[in-house]
Amino acid sequence: MLSFVARRIVIAIPTVILISIFVFGLQKLLPGDPILAMAGEERDPETIAFLREKYRMNDPVWVQYATWIKGVVTGNLGISLRTNQPVTELIAQKLPVTIQLALMALVFALVIGIPAGILSAVKKGTITDYVANVVALSGLSIPNFWLGIMLILLVAVKWQALPASGYVPPGEDLWLSLKTMLMPAFVLGTALAATLMRHTRSAMLGVLKSDYVRTARAKGLAERRVILRHAFRNALTPIVTLTALLFGELIAGAVLTEQIFTIPGFGKLVVDAVFNRDYAVVQGIVLVTAMGFIVMNILADAAYFVLNPRLRKQ
Amino acid sequence: MTFRKTTLLAALLSATALSAQAADFRFALESDPDILDPDQSRTFVGRIVYTALCDKLVDITPDLEIVPQLATEWSWNDEGTALTMTLREGVTFHDGTPFDAEAVAANIERSQTMEESRRKSEVASITGTEVLGPHQIRIDLAQPDATLLAQLADRAGMMVSPTAAAEAGADFGLAPVCSGPYKFEERVAQDKIVLSKFAEYWNAGEFHFDTVTYLPIPDSTVRLANLQSGDVDAINRLAATDVAQVRNDPSLKVEEAVSLGYQGITFNIGNGERGDNPWGNDARLRKALELAIDRNAINQVVFEGTAPAGNQAFPPNSPWYDTSLPVPERDVEAAKALLAEAGYENGIDLEVQAPNTPVNLQLMQVIQSMAAEAGINISITSKEFATMLSDQTAGDFTASQVGWSGRVDPDGNIHQFMTTDAGLNDAKYSNEEVDRLLDEARVTTDMAARKESYDAAAKILNEDKPIIYLYHETWIWALDDAIEGFVPYPDGMFRLAGVTKSE
Repeated sequence: MLSFVARRIVIAIPTVILISIFVFGLQKLLPGDPILAMAGEERDPETIAFLREKYRMNDPVWVQYATWIKGVVTGNLGISLRTNQPVTELIAQKLPVTIQLALMALVFALVIGIPAGILSAVKKGTITDYVANVVALSGLSIPNFWLGIMLILLVAVKWQALPASGYVPPGEDLWLSLKTMLMPAFVLGTALAATLMRHTRSAMLGVLKSDYVRTARAKGLAERRVILRHAFRNALTPIVTLTALLFGELIAGAVLTEQIFTIPGFGKLVVDAVFNRDYAVVQGIVLVTAMGFIVMNILADAAYFVLNPRLRKQ
Repeated sequence: MTFRKTTLLAALLSATALSAQAADFRFALESDPDILDPDQSRTFVGRIVYTALCDKLVDITPDLEIVPQLATEWSWNDEGTALTMTLREGVTFHDGTPFDAEAVAANIERSQTMEESRRKSEVASITGTEVLGPHQIRIDLAQPDATLLAQLADRAGMMVSPTAAAEAGADFGLAPVCSGPYKFEERVAQDKIVLSKFAEYWNAGEFHFDTVTYLPIPDSTVRLANLQSGDVDAINRLAATDVAQVRNDPSLKVEEAVSLGYQGITFNIGNGERGDNPWGNDARLRKALELAIDRNAINQVVFEGTAPAGNQAFPPNSPWYDTSLPVPERDVEAAKALLAEAGYENGIDLEVQAPNTPVNLQLMQVIQSMAAEAGINISITSKEFATMLSDQTAGDFTASQVGWSGRVDPDGNIHQFMTTDAGLNDAKYSNEEVDRLLDEARVTTDMAARKESYDAAAKILNEDKPIIYLYHETWIWALDDAIEGFVPYPDGMFRLAGVTKSE
């Protein structure tokens, strides 16, 4: 297993390099000049010339890339063009926020999605199955931003039960932190729950038809034991992959959710950075996100070994 | 030691006295300010934070008169080339550095010479300073500059601690030290800026909150929801479409002030090859478009009555507005006649670029349908704002729906847009007489003479129409009903002096 993980890490290196080139190149293709964006309404020519020099915008693109990569390798992602803060500091500040949101959303997704999937597979064709399907479909098709605003208006404005938006670090006030994050996590979690539910259902349906489940039932095992112990465990492999892949969706969803609920996380950082043409920040975030995605995939592959004894022997 | 005890006692007493009051004032901004260094920053929302954080040499009244803040009095020499200011005594910066004439000199030098300074052009007329006494300073100019006091009433006049500035250099904005009623506590990017009361402030009695928290909340619906749920005390930039709803809510209230800026359509008159087009070459076409537009209808349809119509660089309620040139009524027949005269009796196409926000698009769509009735076929190219500005500077446009946030001194709304080769003259409009009039208005401190120059320039610009001015934005604030004492200013700043919260 260790050699497998090591192999995966080696393969990941060129991927990360390609991504870094891609991100850097793509940014240069964005319309709009970051220096003009920084120079503001006044657009003073002297300021513009100074900023171009300071941020080395006059250098050839490959020199700019080389300078950036040199920094990245030494752990320096540059400084934000807008606030002068180091990008690494910004990322360190924002990453825990988005991880908290993503984890809480994942809890919602798993707690709703997996039981609903099992239930609708076991009760296939009954009213329970249909209801679960309708709910899942709504979860998939209701846009995040709409659900978010509606929840704010209902829960925060009308009932005054939860804060409307914002963020409180768990270290400062754990209870308030959870309360503030509840609505955004729910909004982000529901869409994922729907995907999870659909996949759990089809994986379970496949497994429930298999011979060993029939054997287990024939042996007279309790239905509950058959489903959870025998069927679900085998259906779990595709679900684990999916959950790892959902990480990407989670980050993408977080961009929108953080925007709606004004959560100062990764997603909001990247959106604001794109609008302000804060290149250094965008590059840093995309690189870190891509690496996170790769790590999640390696972890998912490693999890196969744990879940599937046959792979362990190879 | 005794001093420390007294301070502690005073702090405790004031804490008890205020305990009945709300300790924290929470204010929602529409975006996150940039770096908090008055010499480096450029965002509008940043200036709102400075009203609490950094005092200026002078301030303005809601009627745009210049009044004392850190300078208690001032006078010009007869030539208008030297400004002598007397400074407030007993003022200290948040780090304990005393505020005096040396500090003012250091601040002016910083604005002028720091590489990162964005204030250079605002204080360009200053040739030097002379410290006349601990609390008296003379500012020398090469030639008279009527705009200087207005500049000193904004970021160029904000005083930062020379000690802290020398220590931090360009990173000063990460932990700013000024002399305002509140001092910097903490900032979490895109989340909050927290200030706490500066007990030694010279006018501390006028400020009634222990802390002030600024929260950037970009979505206007969410911003309002935070006010309705009681999570914030007041919000900036209430959406025009929400004004009626807030007025009907007894727990909230609305405050307004017409802004100093304008919105309009800028034409490419001579900026590169694209300036050579019928719209850039023939003022009759631009006049025809103006006649096709009903500005009051725009105000009602797009802005729910919150954006008064305008046709000059200054809003109609400004003392600098030329009343002999009122906002023209819509006249489709006259527009058609002008088009025919210019040789386009069968109609003409016009491409207008506009920022990709819902309001700007709605505005352009209303104009599009009005213009169509006169035979002007407008196509709207929607662009992200930074892209639009960069195309505009490069001359890659025929017409551009763009505006200006406005300045206290009239010069700031007109000189840099309308004089030959000026920095923001994207139309590349050029008229010797306009250049002369606007340059003249810049160097005289005689108000009547300035007004005459601006009126004369307005008449020429009204004929040439490099910009069709459309309307003036209104600053709209929504406040919790418990907030009292807020005074709206046309500069859009939320000043905290005298603001209280009743329970």
